[in-house]
Amino acid sequence: MIYLDHNATTPLHPRAREAMLPWLGGGSHGNPSSVHRFGQAAREAVEGAREQVAALLNVRPLEVIFTASGTEANNAVIFDVARKAGRRGHLVISAIEHPSVREAAARVAAEGMEVTRVSPRGDGVVHVDEILAALRPDTRLVALMLANNELGTLQPVAEVAAACGERGIPVLCDAVQAVGKIPVDAAALGADYLVLGAHKFHGPLGAAALWVRKGVEISGHLVGGSQERRRRASTENVPAIVGLGAAAAAAREEMAHRTAHLAALRDRFEAVLPGLIPGAIVHCRQSPRLPNTSHVAFTGVEGAFMEGESLLIRLDLAGFAVSTGAACSSGSVEPSKTLLAVGISRQEALSSLRVSFGIGNTSEEVDAFLGALAREVAELRRAVA
Amino acid sequence: MTFQGINERLIAVAMSGGLDSSVTAWKLAREGRPVVGLSMLLWDHSGTEAHGRCCGALDLGDARRVAQQAGIPHYTLRMDREFRDKVVDPFVDDYLAGRTPSPCVRCNTWIKFDLLLERARRLGATRVATGHYARILQGPDGPELHTAVDTGKDQSYYLFELTGEQLAASLFPLGELTKAQVREIAREAGLVVAEKGESMEVCFVSGGVREFVEAEAAARLPGAVSPEPAVLVDARGEELGTGQPYYRYTVGQRRGLGLAAPSPLYVLQIEPERNRVVVGEESELMAPGLRGERLHWIGPQRTGEVEATVKIRSRHPGVPALIRPQGDGRVEVDFAEPQRGITPGQAAVFYQGTRVLGGCWIAGRSDGSDRSVR
Repeated sequence: MIYLDHNATTPLHPRAREAMLPWLGGGSHGNPSSVHRFGQAAREAVEGAREQVAALLNVRPLEVIFTASGTEANNAVIFDVARKAGRRGHLVISAIEHPSVREAAARVAAEGMEVTRVSPRGDGVVHVDEILAALRPDTRLVALMLANNELGTLQPVAEVAAACGERGIPVLCDAVQAVGKIPVDAAALGADYLVLGAHKFHGPLGAAALWVRKGVEISGHLVGGSQERRRRASTENVPAIVGLGAAAAAAREEMAHRTAHLAALRDRFEAVLPGLIPGAIVHCRQSPRLPNTSHVAFTGVEGAFMEGESLLIRLDLAGFAVSTGAACSSGSVEPSKTLLAVGISRQEALSSLRVSFGIGNTSEEVDAFLGALAREVAELRRAVA
Repeated sequence: MTFQGINERLIAVAMSGGLDSSVTAWKLAREGRPVVGLSMLLWDHSGTEAHGRCCGALDLGDARRVAQQAGIPHYTLRMDREFRDKVVDPFVDDYLAGRTPSPCVRCNTWIKFDLLLERARRLGATRVATGHYARILQGPDGPELHTAVDTGKDQSYYLFELTGEQLAASLFPLGELTKAQVREIAREAGLVVAEKGESMEVCFVSGGVREFVEAEAAARLPGAVSPEPAVLVDARGEELGTGQPYYRYTVGQRRGLGLAAPSPLYVLQIEPERNRVVVGEESELMAPGLRGERLHWIGPQRTGEVEATVKIRSRHPGVPALIRPQGDGRVEVDFAEPQRGITPGQAAVFYQGTRVLGGCWIAGRSDGSDRSVR
């Protein structure tokens, strides 16, 4: 099986695994809050990981809060902003945010806040002036992701953050898909909150981080302990946090190589694809994008679009794992809201595949995938003809 | 597991998450055949306690677990729109027209062996296997449908509308087994569904059928269905009283009529357009034959008279009969002995020995007594 679905999750980095093993029955255990030396060792492991994550983002360790998931971190920020605003006022989000932002915004909207959703243009990018045009005197937060999970398009977070900073409006940047694939300097980006998730860049499941700019208050969404400086009660998930730290350190060291390797795989794929499979359309190809994500639609017989779901299953049976959209919306054949927001038609959205390469993929695997894709598309076209 | 290069022989197993389809998948996988499990998301049961029903989402989770145990890939295909169009809406239509529908036949005809086979072919599979208790035997004119070895579990009645082409693309691996053997296989394999019970009810109805029909009808067009109590009359048209709305009755029903009479009364006929329900004594339920429509033969079409054993509902023991095609899909079936409770909307299925020849949908009694009430 060849895995080409790295935007869903990634295999664990050997260095992350190595770092975690002592904490998985390998001799180390301890509650970081305990006074004794078991606790001291666990505390040291967590704080070491915090430094590694902070180094990756170019921020101070004390500004990093560990959470269990990116979803938790996004939820925490939006609910905290809403609470502080007394559930009055206004939020601006892009229409292509992850559901953990979109649905949290919908909830606070139901509770009394107003939400403006700014759509991207056809290039898959939300334009700065359209975000700024949506701002109001009572805008409490702007949420804009750094890289879109489906299309891979990069969003103008730095420009938006600079303009919002002048107006005193905080910015939440969901950087879950970007961190580990491209350099992310949270300090330079200028946002006030930034979210990353370990398992998207070869760390373990169950660990994520929320960076909060110094001076920005955030009250604990979980209470019942003084962990994370009272901003997130819960005994720390030490093995996962240690794995996150190691994955962050590995990402920092390997960044230049990663970006180049991923882009080479994607470019090889996208260079060969159109000649190999007539009717294949690469979305947002000219836009600033993640180096690893290729989003492709396939036309079927007589110009009609073919069914992405059938193609996905065929490819899986043939040994290639890809995705039809965001993994969170699997199990339904409703087209992705992100794709519709970009102006891609319902039929075209349903005919799309997301291919997301990883640092472990090789050019030989890309070639094998291209061959399988050509074969399966041809057979599917025959089957529905 | 990779099936690269052997897609031509790929078998799609329809996995509901129940015992029978689970063992079907397990058995084929054990035999080393290239198998992919497909579950159909047919009906959204969210908000209801519908565990143990063939189209519930919880059961799809069981199907996924069995597929993992069997080591086969498994996918869920959403077909709820088609299921509503082809099965649920006609089910409601039937009740509103005074008929008593047989949704499982329609589901087999339109969903499992039509739509699923088409979807399976798109995935590169050439055949669909299901957990039905029935057998496909090769005859001189092509594949033949036969009853299961376990006659108590036989489900051939529900399959009478399949075509020869569909049978050629189908597998019923449980047809030679008894239910007890099937459960034993599941227990030995340690399948998570080994102790699961039968799903006997209409799978998409979680409460009462009548309440479901009422809610569906009201959702379509408020006021379209009269909630007025039906007038209960005897065969001469004499009013005996009022009861519930007409669509709450079934032909042959005895209980719940609420009428005092010297001998028990039964529903003979339902007349939606007049909101009347005709009742009578048990002897009046007896009919010498039936009128059928949408006549279907598996394999070669027959225009002449055919002698066969006819089952007029799924649990009917069968009666020798003469089948007389009338053209246009209409058919008259004359029983050797009068039969009780000819129920419009049910299927009449024709057998010769273990073989299913075909069948029709019951429109009414052949003596026309259900058309002559004044």
